[in-house]
Amino acid sequence: MDTLTINGTDDTPSVTLDKSKGVFEISGRSLPEDAAGFFKPVLNWIDAYKDQSNPATNLQVKLEYFNTASSKLILDILTKFEKIQGAKITWYHFSDDEDMKEAGQEFSELVEIPFEFKAI
Amino acid sequence: MNYIYNIHKTMVEENIILVYEGEFTQEITKAVLSMAEKKLDSKGEEGNIKRKVFNVMVECLQNICKHSETLSVPNEKKAIFMIGCEEDCYVITSGNMIANKDIKGLSEKLEKINSLDKDGLKNFYKELLQNSELSDKGGAGLGFVDIARKSGQKLEYNFELVDSDYSFFSFKSKIARISD
Repeated sequence: MDTLTINGTDDTPSVTLDKSKGVFEISGRSLPEDAAGFFKPVLNWIDAYKDQSNPATNLQVKLEYFNTASSKLILDILTKFEKIQGAKITWYHFSDDEDMKEAGQEFSELVEIPFEFKAI
Repeated sequence: MNYIYNIHKTMVEENIILVYEGEFTQEITKAVLSMAEKKLDSKGEEGNIKRKVFNVMVECLQNICKHSETLSVPNEKKAIFMIGCEEDCYVITSGNMIANKDIKGLSEKLEKINSLDKDGLKNFYKELLQNSELSDKGGAGLGFVDIARKSGQKLEYNFELVDSDYSFFSFKSKIARISD
């Protein structure tokens, strides 16, 4: 299937969803005006991927910041990953950023997917 | 020309380091954020504090943006946003018009948020995150809860009656400068 690549901007994150290379990453800052509109192609891609997923899928979340509207969509993304066999989330945070770490921990409490936390 | 000095004097007295008055859009939000980041960097502010201030700013600014879309007359859409820097905390304030009929709902929400402790806020946040849909304005209804969590202090607010249809909603949150 096609790779989804979205370049990051001041207020929207970079997204790479590449089945053939096994790269699944969301990084940067997420404060879009229209969070639902921004993440729609991401959700659509995951829906399509679900039916032909790799044996293992590691979603790397390297967000510096996300607004509350994005957090809803991030939960939607994680909920979709719940249904993918062999899925795992690696949640990055700056070593002194307890808030980002806590945000990841809270998400991990809301979905049934293994989470790994990595401090940068 | 007195007003120039009066405004400047008030800003200095209130330790305001950044102010924007006017219409709020996503572009304005980005510009204000960028200015605030540079200010905080030049103060050599600690990473965690900068992030918390940034977080609260974004939610506050985007609240105003979303809300102003519901108002119809240009003068109603004008709002104010300020950052103050006291010795022990940053003070993030905003002010915007609100229809009088919306005051009750907003007050109740803010009172509820202020009644919750740290764990209560965490649970309320998670509950809203899971159960609410994005509004047609694109908001998740989480902004004030998130501000309260990042601030760690009660949210302060006030409604000033302007006319039979509108009041002015003032909002203040504080971020401690020395983390405990």
